[in-house]
Amino acid sequence: MRDKIFKKLLVGCCILVLLVCAGMIYSLVSGSLSAFNQYGFFHFIGSSEWDPHPDRETYGALSFIVGTLLTSFLALIFCIPFSLPVALFTGSYFRGKKIATFISSIIDLLAGIPSIVYGLWGFYTFRPIIIDLGLNSQGFGILTSSIILAIMIIPYASSLSGEFISMVPNELKEAAYSLGGTRLDVIRTVTLPNAGSGIFASYILALGRALGETMAVTMLIGNTNNLPRSLVDTGNTMASIIANQFGEADGLKLSSLIAIGLLLFGITAVINLIAKFIMKKFN
Amino acid sequence: MSSLRYRTIKDKIFFYCVCGLSSLTVIPLFAIIWELIRKGYKQINWSFFTETAPSTLDAMLARGTGDIIPGGIANGILGTLLMVAIASVIAIPVGIMVGIHLSEHPKTKFSNATRFITDLIQGSPSIVIGIIAYAWVVKPLGGYSAFAGSVSLAIMMIPLIVRSTEETLKMLPGSLKEAGLALGSSYTNVILRVLLPSAFGGLFTGILLAVSRVMGETAPLMLTALGSTAINWNVMEPTSAVPLLIWEFYNDPNLIDMIWSSSLFLLILVLSLNLIAKHIAKKWKIQ
Repeated sequence: MRDKIFKKLLVGCCILVLLVCAGMIYSLVSGSLSAFNQYGFFHFIGSSEWDPHPDRETYGALSFIVGTLLTSFLALIFCIPFSLPVALFTGSYFRGKKIATFISSIIDLLAGIPSIVYGLWGFYTFRPIIIDLGLNSQGFGILTSSIILAIMIIPYASSLSGEFISMVPNELKEAAYSLGGTRLDVIRTVTLPNAGSGIFASYILALGRALGETMAVTMLIGNTNNLPRSLVDTGNTMASIIANQFGEADGLKLSSLIAIGLLLFGITAVINLIAKFIMKKFN
Repeated sequence: MSSLRYRTIKDKIFFYCVCGLSSLTVIPLFAIIWELIRKGYKQINWSFFTETAPSTLDAMLARGTGDIIPGGIANGILGTLLMVAIASVIAIPVGIMVGIHLSEHPKTKFSNATRFITDLIQGSPSIVIGIIAYAWVVKPLGGYSAFAGSVSLAIMMIPLIVRSTEETLKMLPGSLKEAGLALGSSYTNVILRVLLPSAFGGLFTGILLAVSRVMGETAPLMLTALGSTAINWNVMEPTSAVPLLIWEFYNDPNLIDMIWSSSLFLLILVLSLNLIAKHIAKKWKIQ
C-alpha cells in the first residue's frame, strides 16, 4: 500500500515537472498573443522599429534578435582560442595530472561567478581599456559585451570538450605515435577528428548559455534600440531589453516583451536540442 | 613530408601555446577577485551585516566628508537567505523525487520525456523564467513578492537537482538495492533508508551547487521580488536580495562605493558554497 502511494508520488513529481514546462510555454504564448495579433508574427520579428510613444506605438524585435545573435556568436569565436587550449591541456597533455585538476577547477569557478559581478568588472575594468584603444568613445557596445560573454562561457565550452578529448581511445593515439607522429600530429589527425563532434556539441551548448545571459550584457551593451551597424556600435539583446523595460511596461509593450521572451526561449531550446542530438548521435 | 626537426619544433611551439593560453585563461578569476577585494574591503565592517542600505542623501553626505558610506546590506542578505530557503523547500523534494524516478525507470518513454523537459527547463534563460514567475505569481497576487522570487529560483533549481540525483543514484551498485529487498523491506523503505542515505554525499553536492547557482541570480528577481529598502520578513511583500542591491547601487551614483563590498560578499558566499560542494563530491565519490 505504502509502496503504491510512493510510486504514485514519484510519477506525480515527474508530471509536475512536465506541467511546469507546459505552463511556461502556455504563459509565454498567451502573453505574447496580443503583440503577434497586432503586428503579425513575421512583421514582429522582421521589424527593427521600437517606438514606445503612446500615440504611435510600434514594436519589432529584429534589432534585439540581431543584437543577441551578434554578441553570442562573437563571444563564441572569442572563446575558442582560450577554451580549446584549456581542453587540450586538461584532456590530452596533462590528463589525470594534478596541474590539470587545478586548472580545470579554477576554470570551473569562473562559471560560479554571478553574472552581475562580471558586469561590474567589465564596466569598471574592461570598459576603460576599450576606451583607451579608441574603439568606442563610451566603451559600451557589442564588442565589449561579447568579450565579457566569451570569458563567461569559457568554462562551459572547455570542461565538456576536455572530457570528450580525454575519452579518445588510447590505442588510436598509440598507433599514431608508433607511426612516428609528434604530439601535435596526433592531436591534429587523431584526437581532434575523433572528439570533433563532441567538441562541436559543447560549443553549441556554450552558445546556448551566451544567448540567454542577461545582466552582464545589460550593463555593457549600451542599451540603444536601433539595429547595430558595426561591431563597436551599441545595441540591445533580447534578454537585456526585457531586463531594462519589463518593470515599467504594460499593455502592448508588455506583450511585445513577453513575445521576445518566447522567441528567446525558442532559440535557446533549439540550440540546446541540436547540441544534445549531436552528442547522442556520435556517442 | 616535412623534416623531423621541423615537425618537432612545430610540436614544441604548439605545446607552449597551449600552456600559455591555458594559463592566460586563469587570469580573469584572479583579476575579478583582486579587484573586488581591493575596492571592497574598506566597506566591510559590523554594520555592513546588521544595517539596511543607506539612503542616497546619507551616502552623498558621507562621500562629501570622505567617510565610508554608512549602513549595510542586511535587507539584501536576509532577502537572499529567505528566498533561497523557500526555493529549496519547493525544489529539493520535487527534484529528488524526479531523480529517483528517472534512475529507477531509466528507459521508459515517460522517463525520456521527463528528462527531455528537464533539459529544456535547465537551458532556458533566467530572464525568461523571471517572466514566467511574473505571469504565475506576481500578476495573480497583484504585487511583487519574495514568494514570486522563490518560485523563479525553484524552477531554476529543480533541473539541476534532478540531474545530480539521477547521476548519483545511477552510480550506486545494484546489489545494494537487491540486498535491501532480499531482507524483506519494502520498496519505499529500500529507497528512503538504503539508497538515499548511501547517495547522500552526491545529493548534498548537487543541492549546494544548485543553491550557489541561484544565489547570484539577478535577472529573474528583478521581475519578481523587485527589491525593498527595509528589512522584510513577510514573503508576500517586495523583498531585496544581495544581487538586486548591487544592481540598485550600480544605478545610483552616490552609492556606487557599496557595489564592491556587496559583490565581494556575494562572490565569497557563492564561491565558498561551490568549493565546499566540490570538496564533498571528492570525498564521497563512489568507487
